[in-house]
Amino acid sequence: MKMSGAQMVCEAIIAEGVRTVFGYPGGAIMNVYDEIYKQNAFRHILTRHEQAAVHAADGYARSTGEVGVAMVTSGPGFTNAVTGLATAYMDSIPLVVISGQVPLSLIGTDGFQEVDAVGISRPCTKHNYLVRSIEDLPRILKEAFYIARSGRPGPVLVDIPKDITGEIGEFVYPESVDLPTYKPRYKGNDRQIKKAVEAILKAKKPLLYVGGGTVLSNAAEGVRAFAELTQIPAVETLMARGVMGARNPLLVGMVGMHGSYAANMAMSETDLIVSLGARFDDRVTGKLSEFARYADIIHIDIDPANIGKIVDVDYPIVGDVGTVVAKMTEMIRERVDPDRYSVWRDILKRYDELHPLGYEDSEEVIKPQWVIERLGERLGGDAIITSDVGQHQMWAAQFYPFDRPRQWINSGGLGTMGFGFPAAIGAKVGNPDKTVINVTGDGSILMNVQELVTAAQYGVPVINVILNNHFLGMVRQWQTFFYDKRYSETDLSFQPDWKALARACGGEGYDVESKEQFDEALDAAIASGKVCFLNVAVDRFENVLPMVPAGGALYNMLLEHKEK
Amino acid sequence: MEKVRRVISVIVANEAQVLARVSGLFAGRGYNIDSLTVAPIPDTQLSHMTIVTHGNRRVIEQIVKQLHKLIPAFKVIEHEQMVEKEMVLIKFPIESPIADIQALCTAYNGGIVNVGTDMLIAMAADEQQRIAHFIEAAKRYHPIEIVRSGVVAMER
Repeated sequence: MKMSGAQMVCEAIIAEGVRTVFGYPGGAIMNVYDEIYKQNAFRHILTRHEQAAVHAADGYARSTGEVGVAMVTSGPGFTNAVTGLATAYMDSIPLVVISGQVPLSLIGTDGFQEVDAVGISRPCTKHNYLVRSIEDLPRILKEAFYIARSGRPGPVLVDIPKDITGEIGEFVYPESVDLPTYKPRYKGNDRQIKKAVEAILKAKKPLLYVGGGTVLSNAAEGVRAFAELTQIPAVETLMARGVMGARNPLLVGMVGMHGSYAANMAMSETDLIVSLGARFDDRVTGKLSEFARYADIIHIDIDPANIGKIVDVDYPIVGDVGTVVAKMTEMIRERVDPDRYSVWRDILKRYDELHPLGYEDSEEVIKPQWVIERLGERLGGDAIITSDVGQHQMWAAQFYPFDRPRQWINSGGLGTMGFGFPAAIGAKVGNPDKTVINVTGDGSILMNVQELVTAAQYGVPVINVILNNHFLGMVRQWQTFFYDKRYSETDLSFQPDWKALARACGGEGYDVESKEQFDEALDAAIASGKVCFLNVAVDRFENVLPMVPAGGALYNMLLEHKEK
Repeated sequence: MEKVRRVISVIVANEAQVLARVSGLFAGRGYNIDSLTVAPIPDTQLSHMTIVTHGNRRVIEQIVKQLHKLIPAFKVIEHEQMVEKEMVLIKFPIESPIADIQALCTAYNGGIVNVGTDMLIAMAADEQQRIAHFIEAAKRYHPIEIVRSGVVAMER
């Protein structure tokens, strides 16, 4: 069928089953927007900034498991999208981002709104394309979706010059993709898996180290079943919260810089790490030479480059974590003795009793941790929780009772402030029946605060719970601990009128100064059906604990901070 | 960890950006490139890149894996049993002792390839280490310009 390049873009989006596209028009992408205007097969949501468009597509992808799609124009439209691409890249989120580009004849001439999009995005995309001919366009679009969602997922950029979206060509959308240079391996090597199983059977203190890959691979059920069968305890990374389920007795806790005492001690004392879709991030390992000194390591990862990147691995298994765990379960079923690890489980239980995750509550001032716990009590497993980056993110990860994968959405790898609100919009659009809460701070929320307008326009009732300590809290915490309280540029005492700000943009706002007010405001916010700010005044100087100081050994945690 | 020299061949789709993807990978992840050559493989849509690099074992392993991960990378060969050659062109003033230079070139699989009114150009093709020796020896004849090609390699 003959059609324009712009029509081809829309046809591909429809063929891929995409229901919602997030974007922002501009000169070089106008041909495509003209076609979007003419069709009804998918919805377009106009964010108020290109960065937010990509984060929204990202939140949509993380919460639904589908590929997220964002569309931006050339030059500044694209450069605004780069933070979104890098965020998705670090967390392996499947996105297709379509950017307009100046016409082919102008490329390389410093044309108006020209920037080298493929050059800039190369290190922060899984793959990218500059379309040079209309004949290539259908194949490239097909490949983009395929590459984004297959193997280790990631964002793919398709940069399309304006003359190509305007040109007429033959459109046959390919049925399948044939990329001889790209063949992801899903099935692990059976011999390697067998060796790993033998190691598990021999170990005395094995530990499941559950990472974000288990979410991406939809492997949570299989991992829970494996843990249940073998009775091997598990720690979760920040990206894996919800995989084991908060009430799972085998879940020791979150591991890493702000992980629980028991989880970090488990990692330090285990004799066999079973890494499931995790990548030994520096925020997890702490000082490498002290990390898991007594452990052999089974590393299951779909990306071979992750294996052996940070630590030496004894049992490397390249494959999809869900597929490999299913195979391991089958091999170990008849042979495992769950009692074998009971002493180990008891040790970890004692560690947890010794220093449980907690905080000192107060009657005078709202503790941020209390807010998270209260949210958990009120909303539990139903809500989707997104977050920005900083103290509030860690408290949410520590204290919210996540029950299922894809319930917790945050920028773990890149640590992008301003991610949470647009991601929440994307998550709500993808899950209209779920309550979506963005746990944020008074620093983060102002990055992408313009999305109040988007959420109000489209009636996306996302609730932003601002843990307001009038500080850039995490940086302030480091300044307290490591910079002799020189609070350089972290005091955010000058603040907007949050209630008025939300209302000015078509939303609703609530100031919360007591626990009672919090419950009332949350009820009112949910009932309002509007995008909301819950401005919660919390203890200014509360710290996130435990804390492994950067570069320190995982077992050397600061458990409390006493004023000298 | 001990640093080693490695010669790596990468067979890539012969398409736009592919050289930038490879060189960008080295730059972005802080790997070393000692030399890099690239040319199309006859009668295919592929190109052959030969990269000489050095680093410790973990770095070399990562380089190979990261190269593999590039979507247009078809094959990555970490050479062990290989034939490797590098070519060098050296320009000398015309007053130089031509017979001596000719003899030197012969010892390193080369010869005099061009003679002009005020200069001559000599060539040698040999293993990288021997090319270094050749350049060392050629220095006594006051070369005007030296151009090395970088290594190409083939697994035996």
